Amino acid sequence: MQMRVPVAEPRSPVAYDMPDATGHFGPYGGTFVAETLQAALEELRDAYAACRADPAFQAELAYELEHYVGRPSPVYHAKRLSDELGGAQVYLKREDLNHTGAHKVNNTMGQALVARRMGKPRVIAETGAGQHGVAAATVAARYGMECVVYMGTEDVARQAQNVYRMKLLGATVVPVTSGSRTLKDALNEAMRDWVTNVANTFYIIGTVAGPHPYPMMVRDFNAIVGKECLVQMPALAGRQPDYVLACVGGGSNAMGIFHPYIPHPGVKLVGVEAGGLGIATGRHAATLSAGSPGVLHGNRTYLMQDADGQILETHSISAGLDYPGVGPEHAWLKDSGRASYVSVTDDEALAAFHTLCRTEGIIPALESSHAVAHAMRLAPTLGRDRIVLVNLSGRGDKDMHTVAKASGLSL
Amino acid sequence: MSRIAATFDRLRAVRRAALVPFVTAGDPSPAHIPGMLRSLVANGADVIELGVPFSDPMADGPTIQRASERALRAGTGLAMILDAVKQYRREDDNTPIVLMGYANPIEHMGVAAFAGRAKESGVDGVLVVDYPPEESGAWVEALGAAGIDPIFLLSPTSSQARIDLVARLAKGYIYYVSLKGVTGAANIDTADVERMLARIRGRTSVPVGVGFGIRDPETARAIARFADAVVIGSRIVEEIERAEPDQAAQRAGAVLATFRAGVDAAVGDRASR
Ligand SMILES: Cc1ncc(COP(=O)(O)O)c(C=O)c1O
Repeated sequence: MQMRVPVAEPRSPVAYDMPDATGHFGPYGGTFVAETLQAALEELRDAYAACRADPAFQAELAYELEHYVGRPSPVYHAKRLSDELGGAQVYLKREDLNHTGAHKVNNTMGQALVARRMGKPRVIAETGAGQHGVAAATVAARYGMECVVYMGTEDVARQAQNVYRMKLLGATVVPVTSGSRTLKDALNEAMRDWVTNVANTFYIIGTVAGPHPYPMMVRDFNAIVGKECLVQMPALAGRQPDYVLACVGGGSNAMGIFHPYIPHPGVKLVGVEAGGLGIATGRHAATLSAGSPGVLHGNRTYLMQDADGQILETHSISAGLDYPGVGPEHAWLKDSGRASYVSVTDDEALAAFHTLCRTEGIIPALESSHAVAHAMRLAPTLGRDRIVLVNLSGRGDKDMHTVAKASGLSL
Repeated sequence: MSRIAATFDRLRAVRRAALVPFVTAGDPSPAHIPGMLRSLVANGADVIELGVPFSDPMADGPTIQRASERALRAGTGLAMILDAVKQYRREDDNTPIVLMGYANPIEHMGVAAFAGRAKESGVDGVLVVDYPPEESGAWVEALGAAGIDPIFLLSPTSSQARIDLVARLAKGYIYYVSLKGVTGAANIDTADVERMLARIRGRTSVPVGVGFGIRDPETARAIARFADAVVIGSRIVEEIERAEPDQAAQRAGAVLATFRAGVDAAVGDRASR
């Protein structure tokens, strides 16, 4: 079942056309939800297909991304970091400079516009760290839509500041007490809300997971990241990168920067998962590195699961990577060999966080710090003429408490 | 003839709807499974839906979510449930048992391996909530090879095309979800349900059961006038939740008996089919 995309030379682009019409990426993806949700998904698929093909929709989205989100985000050559590493040149795609501080808003803006086209006055979202919740609450405020965000009680306690941001933006935050009381349970609860209130409600999923068309739609909205890089890299560095690195929680920032590069066989794609306390400890969220295929949240993909097929709780210092599944397109890219996946521990991510602060004056999100950490491992093994592009998916303002605590400080 | 088909044939002859309790297997603990099955049958169950607990029961409301959590905390797993059914079959070879749950525990065991073991244990049908017909090719084949009925859901929002899709694959019975939402939600509009059942019956001769939102014997009676089966879930699970573990089977049986009275009372009102 190998994908017919060669991973090395030649460098001529190779067509890539996933998913198929029913939302499958090889054996992954699909529409694994109860009958009660099928009509809603069908309505969404039709609406999104119409938006995707409509130049007026695309123009409106492009306008909002430029004037409200602040796109394009720059690519920045991290020269001091590169010099310190003594190998490949590290470039950063600055998604941290977007309005709300992460790539998440690319997707929420897109889905909010679809919701408006569908005439849905109410949007709901799930959130873990609160970044997607904030991005959803932001666009809901921008368009005067009611917004309800589901968040596990564990995360509500850990991310008090983002809870307050969502409230300031007019959203209602509903604490979820079921299951492990984290992101996966928030997603379950949002699905339950959607199935009950589908007539007036649009569900804005925050990553490239869920049933078709979500993995494709969320990828499409984040693909602006990679599309900009395709233009920016030749302008800034004279050519496309040798490697593209991105952290992988559900996988939306990674799919966003990977997708436009998939047809470019000379560009290696590397996803960086949360290794937590180390893969051997079992306390991690490295789904592709250490999980196995199964069905959760509407799609078939790699999962963290026990011997009975129950979903395991995960651990990462970065709440945004703390998810026991992963987008099905990543499962496909892994099996086909077009992308590879590695993991970075909490400690390595923290070290990278501090290094980037110190060498470049950029405070990265802990999620993004995982990608930076792998760049720090990789760059010294490569020549100085090689190029590593890192998706700096978000900024670290939200992580001050976590980082201080890890350093033995309290703010 | 399968146990499910034999049961519906028998009930058709006496013009009664089947009474189908749902309980989560292993709630309050795996040791209680045989006693629970026994009590439900003694109190009027015609078919039993046995829920396989899952960590992420996306289509269930709070009552059944909590039942899943209790069962998982007590150590319940799929293999254990199959063993319990096998054990129960030694004393009851007639009552159809349908497993109802989510895809992942079954995929983890392997679809073909599961079908073989389920057959060997005396399971008659399986409803996987998150296997819609379009994702069910290998699943239906594996169950078919084992002689187990694949049960599918239809809902108020199911289009004609989807009704046809389910009609092509369904065996045993079709489970009509009588409201928009999750298990355990508010009461249902029986007139709406009756209209939809007529539509479904226009496309298939497989019996059609109704569940989700039947919370009292009066509603059960109203539904039993036209449905082939009446499924009672959350209301029984609530009773199990409130009971001391060793009283759970008896309390579940007692509440089921009140629903059986409702279903029996509908016999005179039922048109023959
Ligand atoms: C800055 C940032 N990066 C990455 C992620 C992980 O999500 P994904 O893998 O979908 O990009 C999050 C999630 O909250 C985030 O806030």
